[in-house]
Amino acid sequence: MTPNLSVDLCGVTLKNPVMVASGTFGAGEEFSQFLDLNRLGAVVTKGVASVPWPGNPTPRICETPSGMLNAIGLQNPGYEVFAKRDLKFLENYDTKVIVNVCGHSVEEYIDCVEKLSEESRPDMLEINISCPNVREGGIAFGTSPEGVEKITEAVKRVARQPVIMKLSPNVTDITQIAKAAEAGGADALSMINTMTGMKIDIRRRTFALANRTGGLSGPAIHPVAVRMVWQCAQAVKIPIIGMGGIASAEDALEMIMAGASAVSVGTANFHDQTATLQIIDGIQQYLEENNIEDIRELIGCVK
Amino acid sequence: MKYREQAAVLNIEEIGKDIFSLVLQTRQIAQEAVPGQFVSVYSNDRSRLLPRPISICEADGESGCLRLVFRIAGEGTREFSRLEPGDRVDLVGPLGNGFPAERAEGKRVWLVGGGIGIPPMIQLDHVLEEMGAAASVTAVLGYRDEQFLLDDFTSECVIATEDGSAGTKGNVLDAVRERGLKADVIYACGPTPMLRALKAYALQEGIECWLSLEEKMACGIGACLSCVCRSTEKDEHSQVNNKRICTEGPVFLSTDIEL
Ligand SMILES: Cc1cc2nc3c(=O)[nH]c(=O)nc-3n(C[C@H](O)[C@H](O)[C@H](O)COP(=O)(O)OP(=O)(O)OC[C@H]3O[C@@H](n4cnc5c(N)ncnc54)[C@H](O)[C@@H]3O)c2cc1C
Ligand SMILES: Cc1cc2nc3c(=O)[nH]c(=O)nc-3n(C[C@H](O)[C@H](O)[C@H](O)COP(=O)(O)O)c2cc1C
Ligand code: FES
Repeated sequence: MTPNLSVDLCGVTLKNPVMVASGTFGAGEEFSQFLDLNRLGAVVTKGVASVPWPGNPTPRICETPSGMLNAIGLQNPGYEVFAKRDLKFLENYDTKVIVNVCGHSVEEYIDCVEKLSEESRPDMLEINISCPNVREGGIAFGTSPEGVEKITEAVKRVARQPVIMKLSPNVTDITQIAKAAEAGGADALSMINTMTGMKIDIRRRTFALANRTGGLSGPAIHPVAVRMVWQCAQAVKIPIIGMGGIASAEDALEMIMAGASAVSVGTANFHDQTATLQIIDGIQQYLEENNIEDIRELIGCVK
Repeated sequence: MKYREQAAVLNIEEIGKDIFSLVLQTRQIAQEAVPGQFVSVYSNDRSRLLPRPISICEADGESGCLRLVFRIAGEGTREFSRLEPGDRVDLVGPLGNGFPAERAEGKRVWLVGGGIGIPPMIQLDHVLEEMGAAASVTAVLGYRDEQFLLDDFTSECVIATEDGSAGTKGNVLDAVRERGLKADVIYACGPTPMLRALKAYALQEGIECWLSLEEKMACGIGACLSCVCRSTEKDEHSQVNNKRICTEGPVFLSTDIEL
């Protein structure tokens, strides 16, 4: 008997727990030449704002041991083109669509979420609170519990779809942030976003990235992400989507056992465009080999 | 179409100091490649996740042979330099737009290559030769000192070396000025200062100039927005003044981009 791979995320059923991480997969079009998007649990789109953002100067990325730093600066074409082109493209696929939203101010988030509420294609919204908050001098929204609770409430008031708050790991105690999001009414949590890092180019004697700092992602951050998902799974009742360096079925299963109901694969897509499919197949194989009938038995099994 | 393939190494040779010529057996990539396109080459070391973009130097559609020429610039290219015949390497390609060879029709053409920007000019040289439509084709090649790939061009080569060991002492523009050469279309690949000088020269002379640009890449296929350059007009895909070098490029009309 083939084991059950489908999972439930606050009322939305995914055919399997494997989705892609925002910003690493566009809206799927470029990757659709390499893999069948219908096989994915969900496609999470690149962060979109109400108006186009130009992003940061280049170099925007650099490779680091088992990872990379990025400072793309949330370049995006703005809501209108995103809806007309990217959401339209995703109508052709039988997979869940999670739209990642960014903004510089609470008003910008609200504006974008209101517009998305009129669209039929998005199944869920993922709110990236690692964006620079212009009001607070560029400090990310996601770093204080009060700020997180406030923005979660504001978004929940206007959202038609379930709301996932995407947490930044660049905080002292991530469980405080997770609890604040839950208190604000979040339906689920995504974690973790990238960890702030820096690389210096010793040949040019300057920063490797034009932005000086960037977000670290890839296998290098995986153990940190597993630890944070586990901590939050003990602290909140809402479901968690785990991400951070997942590159194999083993990595994904660790995350699930730590308490994640689903996982997102990001940087691994750059190394292998079909990484997600191998992870799905690997999870299924693990379940079969261990006579586990349902993936849900594993969620949070390590306490 | 873009393909992910595991290619077999047929031949590898050091053709200059730290410069390697690598011939790979591909299934589809060589068949569909046009001059100026590139491939993403993946490391076999899992700690190096990102692909190395390398230009296609020669592609033989019939045999599927793909030739890459690269310089050791760091650990990734060092690893590739140690490949041996029979080894396998993961590739994605062909990527990017390539040079518009049809713009050469009836024109006096320069193929300008600087240093490790010379390899992609070879496939363009061969394609132009086959088309036979250009009025004339001159390869203008800039080297620091040691010359490589000279014998692979079918068109006349004009050389500049920084140290004056061969051809004109100076850069590629010094070489064409010394000979009083004129062009109607320029195709170029090389270091940014060279591309900047060509862009200015083309603007002043009112000639069409196609430049191949470089930037750090993560996905290589247009999804991550790592590899952008500034564009003079708003780009249709990005909706801002940015174009993806891996997708809208790497070849741009010099007046469409800022350098
Ligand atoms: C479209 C394109 C075509 C290219 N064609 C050729 C070619 O035909 N021959 C050749 O020798 N080189 C070419 N390059 C440059 C080549 O990609 C780099 O030299 C190579 O990636 C260096 O990798 P490394 O691991 O040896 O160096 P490292 O410096 O250790 O690399 C670290 C990271 O930076 C990236 N990187 C470093 N230098 C560059 C660069 N100049 N451009 C883009 N990414 C870089 C690497 O891919 C890697 O992710 C091309 C670059 C581009 C963008
Ligand atoms: C190039 C790049 C772009 C990203 N863009 C976004 C984004 O727009 N919104 C967002 O919430 N997270 C973004 N992220 C973070 C990822 O979604 C993910 O949380 C993080 O990279 C950790 O997962 P990974 O190690 O599997 O990549 C981006 C990451 C990368 C590498
Ligand atoms: S490298 Fe990802 S968009 Fe060009």
